[in-house]
Amino acid sequence: MRALRLLGMGWYFQFKMISRSAFEGIGQVIWPLFFATVAFFVFRAGDSPRTLLYASLGAAVMGMWSATSTTAGAAMQRERWFGTLELLVATPPHFSLILLPVTLGMATIGLYCMAATLLWGRFLFGIHVSIVHPFLFGLSILGTVISFGALGFLFAVCFVRFRAAWALGNLFEYPVWLIGGFLVPLALFPDWVHPISWVLAPTWGMNAIRESALGGSPVNDLAVCLGLGVAYVAIGVLVTERVLRAARVSGALSLT
Amino acid sequence: MAVVEAQDLHRTYKTHTGTIRRRVKEIEAVRGVSFGIEKGELFGLLGPNGAGKTTTIKMLITLLIPTSGTGRVLGYDVVKDAREVRKRIGYVFGGERGVYERLSGYDNLRYFAELYGVPGRVQKQRIEELLELVGLKGREQERAEGYSRGMKQRLHVARGLLHDPEVLFLDEPTLGLDPVGARELRATIASLTDAGKTILLTTHYMFEADALCDRIAVIARGKILAEGTPRDLKRGVTQGSIVEVEVYGVADETIESVRGLDGVLAVSVEERDQAQVLVVQTKADVELTHAILSHLNGANVGRISRREPTLEDAYVALVTEE
Repeated sequence: MRALRLLGMGWYFQFKMISRSAFEGIGQVIWPLFFATVAFFVFRAGDSPRTLLYASLGAAVMGMWSATSTTAGAAMQRERWFGTLELLVATPPHFSLILLPVTLGMATIGLYCMAATLLWGRFLFGIHVSIVHPFLFGLSILGTVISFGALGFLFAVCFVRFRAAWALGNLFEYPVWLIGGFLVPLALFPDWVHPISWVLAPTWGMNAIRESALGGSPVNDLAVCLGLGVAYVAIGVLVTERVLRAARVSGALSLT
Repeated sequence: MAVVEAQDLHRTYKTHTGTIRRRVKEIEAVRGVSFGIEKGELFGLLGPNGAGKTTTIKMLITLLIPTSGTGRVLGYDVVKDAREVRKRIGYVFGGERGVYERLSGYDNLRYFAELYGVPGRVQKQRIEELLELVGLKGREQERAEGYSRGMKQRLHVARGLLHDPEVLFLDEPTLGLDPVGARELRATIASLTDAGKTILLTTHYMFEADALCDRIAVIARGKILAEGTPRDLKRGVTQGSIVEVEVYGVADETIESVRGLDGVLAVSVEERDQAQVLVVQTKADVELTHAILSHLNGANVGRISRREPTLEDAYVALVTEE
């Protein structure tokens, strides 16, 4: 119960902080619109409403992923700059209970990305997104946000030990767009890419969102997406203590 | 049993030099520090910048793992029982960092109250009491980014006390504060010992340690050079005297030659406006004024004075001797 309260309150304060940053906020507002515009122009050549809807949803998840992958590293870097990382480590809870709400807070921004992209497509490009299973669509988005937050958490654990690892967040941003099948179907990629995409929750989250919107069955995709999210958290929790110990040995916690 | 115990603590940092041929260099920040702090005591760790004060405190609050030696707080080992230690201690450091600028002072305290497991039903009252104690009442709903350095420092103190810890670690808490703010903070610290808290305070201000601490350990170059009550430390240097010579443009070699004079205990140089003041601590019953002046050939000499040593001179003598 106490852990749940800590997660909830941690998320609340982290989300409050993120939403108050004008400069960070501008990026989060503009990126998804930019992604959506590019995707719409590219796919409009296909002249199929279904293709455009496919692109619209893909662009939305691109924004969600970017909001999480790039900011997970930035979140740890921000704690270092503020001088709060050491204060957080010096508190009694397991560090994963402190870190997870940070990345979940970031991933929550992804909800805006989804809404902004769909509205942008609707009013600027005339793409009407008719959702076949609205409830499952909502669940799929929620599950995807949670699993993105979990993957961001796994990244952030590494960022605690290695200061410069925030750059990895940027490194992961574009490849996942591709191998997560956000804009291009996975079937177009070589076979060796498929196993990599299967261990990425964004792949399954994307599938679940598309299936629920276009009338398929998203349940299996959503289950795998959430299962991978749980696995990321479990791995993160297991390695957190080890990573923290390494940071305490090297003295990396106080570095900015 | 001491509430805080440090036994032969060592801490080495590894740094890298070079780009292509990277070499690992080891720096010994703390070299065998031992002390004990009794319940309700305010213990000062006094030393210049880079002496190893912060490294020592960070080992005791579980943020750094000692290279060797042991640290215990309330009987718990700082490495093996880190979580138990963290529950029972508060940590406050000086400067403006360590605050979530985009949150209000109140939200900063609420967040850390959650992290320290302060029950929801008592959080509000506890935060109100602490805001009153540190003088931030009425400003708590403002974003911390608008706070002055002094206000942020007081917010730090409130944060460190949220869970009513038995032991407080204060790392240069008055750093950068104006004289009035520093005095108010010292009064707050004094009131905490009255409330029975055990405190480890690090500072490089002699007068601060003298005014607040029951006992002081002087640390320099990673080693404790002297330990005792402020009175003990003063007694150690009451023999001898201080010769102060105002000079304009004294060379390092000249200072070294004065330091080498027979009967000289320590030499330091203070910058005052455009002049430098050579502070020479000599042994008792030794008259060295003429000898010092004879070593200052070529330098413009101003006022010369002789006085009894103070606690600050004792500190300077300890931290400057090789």
